[in-house]
Amino acid sequence: MTVVRISDDALALACGADAVAEAFAKAGCTVERVSSWGMHWLEPLVEVDGLGFGPATPVDVAAILAGSSAKAIGPIADHPFIARQQRLTFARAGRTRPLSLDDYAATGGWAGLDRARRMPAADVVAEIMGSGLRGRGGAGFPAGIKWRTVAEAPGARKYVVCNADEGDSGTFADRMLMEGDPFALLEGMAICAHAVGASRGYIYVRSEYPHAIAKLNAAIGLAAARLAPFVVEVRVGAGAYVCGEETSLLNSIEGKRGEVRAKPPLPALEGLFGCPTVVNNVLTLAAVPHILHEGGASLYDSLGVARSKGTMPIQIAGNVKRGGLFETAFGITLGELVNDIAGGTASGRPVKAVQVGGPLGAYLHPDQFGLPFDYETYAAADALVGHGGIVVFDDSADMGAMARFAFQFCAAESCGKCTPCRIGAVRGAELIDAIRSGSPRGPDAVERAPQMHNAPKAGRTRAEQLGLLEDLCDTMQSASLCALGGFTPYPVRSALKHWPEDFGDGL
Amino acid sequence: MTTGPRLDEILAAHAGRDGALLPILHDVQAAFGCVDAGAEAEVAKALNLSRAEVHGVVSFYHDFTPSPDPRPEVQICRAEACQARGVEALVLAAEAAAGSRVRLKTVYCLGLCSVGPSARVGDTLHARLDEAALVALVRGA
Ligand SMILES: Cc1cc2nc3c(=O)[nH]c(=O)nc-3n(C[C@H](O)[C@H](O)[C@H](O)COP(=O)(O)O)c2cc1C
Ligand code: SF4
Ligand code: FES
Repeated sequence: MTVVRISDDALALACGADAVAEAFAKAGCTVERVSSWGMHWLEPLVEVDGLGFGPATPVDVAAILAGSSAKAIGPIADHPFIARQQRLTFARAGRTRPLSLDDYAATGGWAGLDRARRMPAADVVAEIMGSGLRGRGGAGFPAGIKWRTVAEAPGARKYVVCNADEGDSGTFADRMLMEGDPFALLEGMAICAHAVGASRGYIYVRSEYPHAIAKLNAAIGLAAARLAPFVVEVRVGAGAYVCGEETSLLNSIEGKRGEVRAKPPLPALEGLFGCPTVVNNVLTLAAVPHILHEGGASLYDSLGVARSKGTMPIQIAGNVKRGGLFETAFGITLGELVNDIAGGTASGRPVKAVQVGGPLGAYLHPDQFGLPFDYETYAAADALVGHGGIVVFDDSADMGAMARFAFQFCAAESCGKCTPCRIGAVRGAELIDAIRSGSPRGPDAVERAPQMHNAPKAGRTRAEQLGLLEDLCDTMQSASLCALGGFTPYPVRSALKHWPEDFGDGL
Repeated sequence: MTTGPRLDEILAAHAGRDGALLPILHDVQAAFGCVDAGAEAEVAKALNLSRAEVHGVVSFYHDFTPSPDPRPEVQICRAEACQARGVEALVLAAEAAAGSRVRLKTVYCLGLCSVGPSARVGDTLHARLDEAALVALVRGA
């Protein structure tokens, strides 16, 4: 009987994978539901004997089985999009059934955990340190240093918390990993627990990811004996972007408002329920099992550039011909990603801007396509690698509107704890409206109040309003408690810098 | 009325759990379509919290609503990647199709950013939406 492999990843489902799977089953095939290869423009992608066909619809079934389908892409593993990658964290993508313990064990699963548990905890921490692994959630903090801090912190109770709140637009690697290779995440958490002396873990998943939540719960049930004495539980977010910030996330698990906590104390010392806690991103923890393989740490350290070691699962999204998951060693240029790998825009129009690193990341201009993907180079260019999402816009994008959206998003998602963010984001959106409307603005009711001595009583010119916007950005950048308020000025300032013509007349 | 035996069951199911408030609120929202003042008071009593504390949490999160809205809901992603793929041009048509019968909710990212514009109805996801597909989705909701 013909075995047909079709992904059951949420994205494949959204593109109609279930109907295609049903049609193959009706045609008498055995259908295996596997993880997604990450070639999203080809989903639903059908695999028969290693050969790929996509994007498939139920109508294509007969031709695919007859070997005459025009949707044939040849051997999937040889497709340039896959062949050009270096997949470590996503080594199983497309190749295994997500909830099959047999598939997992047959592809090297549990080897890292078994080896780690034979080692003293401190040696495990040392291997993570030596691999150069940095946090993939956004800040790029060295994972080994965080683990060591928790391991050395006094306390009988410690926690491992996995940050699976993945709220950044343009990112989906956490989702793909949780849905496609959930045991790898659990194994990484169990290794971390052994290394730091924790016995309990939580995975905080955003409520927008029902499929990932279901897969994780099923995987925890299947792997509980393997993970023991470590116990893991899934907690579901409630639609707040800011709960991806680690201290807000901890408050949320504790059953509180998702307000950001002031640091210190570091969560590593006083985290969940006041206990020492590792908070790591899904991709950080899922990289741990292969790093703990014999020789895995030095392999990881040998990849990448300067202080950005190993591989990054880059997520190519927005207006692109070929979107999807592209895991590669650090150092690849933005131009290569956008032009060669993604094939330019889906609309066929010229690329205007690329936002890297989510809603808090800068908009990069095609003039900056030479930038190599690494934390320090991006930081030096006032840009953000973040969680590795890149969102491409064609020349129909209105960058003034995108700058306004950055403020609007910050206003909608602010936790409200600090003034620069809570008030500043609202003021920023108003200010951009005023600038774009082009007319000089008279004083508003607050500015006319007698106690507002410093507010100008005459109208503001455009130059003055732009000055005000700069002031506001400075204030938010330097005085916000967390990166939501602190980084919102990056997309705003980069849009204004590269595309001033999108901010109305007079510039 | 959102109190009664069903709420008691939810509270009992989470008894003794660390940080039980969010899981309880999710269950209450799913069972009653909202977390209203009556439910807040019961939850507060069960967890030995003040009503203000519970209300603070309920009102913080987008997923919890203070009163039920029985209309079907269609969530449309309007975050950056879906904007880059043209979602804003579909919104007026979706609103017209929704009228007052369907509740349209803006969400920021469903993790389908390479195949947007995307939408969610219940736990079913939809991608590669054009105007006709989105309008059909709203009409069928
Ligand atoms: C507003 C905001 C949202 C964040 N969202 C996420 C997120 O969704 N996932 C994540 O892993 N980290 C997120 N972070 C970063 C976390 O605070 C934290 O740095 C990270 O979870 C640490 O894990 P890592 O070292 O493995 O990256 C966010 C930070 C901020 C300020
Ligand atoms: S910057 Fe915004 S989200 Fe962060 S703590 Fe301040 S108010 Fe909260
Ligand atoms: S931005 Fe719309 S699904 Fe991610």
